[in-house]
Amino acid sequence: MSELKKIATRDGFGEEILKLGLENPEILIVDADIGKSCKTGAFRKELSAEYHDDKNQYVNVGIAEQNAAGVAAGLATCGKIPFVVTYAVFGSLRMCEMIRQQICYPNLNVKIACSHGGVTPANDGASHQAIEDMGVLRTIPNMTVVMPADYNSAKKLTKAAAETYGPMYLRFTRDAVPQIYDENVEFVIGKAHQIQDGKDVAIIANGDTVRLAVEAAKVLEEKGISARVLDMHTIKPLDVEAVTACVNDIGKIITVEDHNILNGLGSAVCEVAAELGKGIVKRIGIQDQFGQSAPYERLLEINGVTVEEIVKTAEEMQK
Amino acid sequence: MREVSVKELKNTATQMRMKVVDMIYKAQSGHPGGSLSAADFVTACYFKYMNIDPKNPRWEDRDRMVLSKGHVCPIQYACLATLGYFPESELDTLRKEGSMLQGHPSMNKCPGIDISTGSLGQGLACAAGMALAGKMDKKDYKVFCVVGDGESQEGEIWEAANTAHKYELDNLIVFVDFNNLQIDGTCDQVMPNGDLGEKFKSFGWEVMEIDGHDMEEICATLDKCYASKNGKPKCIYAHTIKGKGVSYMENSCAWHGVAPNKEERDQAMEELTAQLV
Repeated sequence: MSELKKIATRDGFGEEILKLGLENPEILIVDADIGKSCKTGAFRKELSAEYHDDKNQYVNVGIAEQNAAGVAAGLATCGKIPFVVTYAVFGSLRMCEMIRQQICYPNLNVKIACSHGGVTPANDGASHQAIEDMGVLRTIPNMTVVMPADYNSAKKLTKAAAETYGPMYLRFTRDAVPQIYDENVEFVIGKAHQIQDGKDVAIIANGDTVRLAVEAAKVLEEKGISARVLDMHTIKPLDVEAVTACVNDIGKIITVEDHNILNGLGSAVCEVAAELGKGIVKRIGIQDQFGQSAPYERLLEINGVTVEEIVKTAEEMQK
Repeated sequence: MREVSVKELKNTATQMRMKVVDMIYKAQSGHPGGSLSAADFVTACYFKYMNIDPKNPRWEDRDRMVLSKGHVCPIQYACLATLGYFPESELDTLRKEGSMLQGHPSMNKCPGIDISTGSLGQGLACAAGMALAGKMDKKDYKVFCVVGDGESQEGEIWEAANTAHKYELDNLIVFVDFNNLQIDGTCDQVMPNGDLGEKFKSFGWEVMEIDGHDMEEICATLDKCYASKNGKPKCIYAHTIKGKGVSYMENSCAWHGVAPNKEERDQAMEELTAQLV
């Protein structure tokens, strides 16, 4: 896998949404002026009325995210499948109440597809780093919350999102991340993808941290610790069955996420374990603190979101 | 569009007002003031202009109605029940557990509601989305939207106004219910809106200023909107009186969200009955 070039998951989204839009005229992009960096440029070029008299699948409402959510809701009531595209901070927090009232409450088929998830907009600083988005949106009824781990899974999950009715939040990375999956791997929204089985510790990760989980599992194997690795791309609806199996089969779980440790993947897994009344969960993620302008890898390191930290935690859990 | 006389529409609007007062009385909860100020133009839309089918509420070619000021839904419920979207007996369940008639309109509970609203400032963007879908699909339905003067203090209204202008949504007809009252006082006291008509005009809209209780003028203005295919979204800036038709509710902030008691309800019914022509 190390031979493959790194690629941002927003690129996977951009390529797949163009393909889907060409196949299905009801699929729309609703941009809010940052289409270029959210990779909707090709879609605009191929499917916008600006360039083609017979195409009309592209809308740009300008720097007006709240309105973008409302316009998308109105479009969805007329049978359209709008993908509202912006950065994760704005697509979750700026639009939050519009998502709740106009999209989730009426259960409309609107997808919020956001680049710049987690600390991947590294140099932009704290204002652009989305560390609360998935947690905030998972508390809204009817909402599905997804973060793919790499380029191919981003494509697969974008396609699955378009084919699944209902409000959905898709979170992509700005930065390039290693490729984990080949194009034949299948993903089901709401079902964890098991990368490898193991018996001593379960590492449950999502998004850009899945690669860290995979690497940590290799290091652990050399140390004689066998790890089950799950890509929990969907944190809502959470694959409770898969988490329950980790609790019952192994009992020692590490969660890893590029998100605040509060209310994201780690919290969701803890909820399951706590209700089962057994197992121990250690959360690795953003330590409830704002970021700063710094390299992406460095921001993860500051928060202990590293292969070394996962390995150390797994070793300690064996004692 | 149906052939209905102005006189008939006036009477219908009065009957809708009676249903509004009665349902809010029975619920002992709800928003009479704004429901009564919007009653005349909402009645004109539903009983004369809107191309709708109560037996097929989600018919894709229908005209749409968005109450951006969702709390005035009693007037919409009265119209929908009278048109046969659901039995009139449902009006007695307003705001009660299990009712299709929620305190603020829910599209998945009540047939005939085109989008759920209730959080102010959000409806116009949705209406713009519906109008845009109509343009994309080359359909000729209209989208009506009722916007409060108070809620025009929300920024999203103006974001949506931009969108409607950019996409030349001349199939979008907005009533600004200019009754100059909001919960904490007059709009001028709480947050002066300036001239909302001029504001919409500066956003590229075609604006028509009317007496929002003059049925003849309402119809003449809607006729004008239907005839005008100039690419400009339409704003009907309607001067209205909050609580219109019930003397003690008129121009009173106190009746924004308060239900009448038995005597008040009876007096309102008496006054409204006398207004039938």
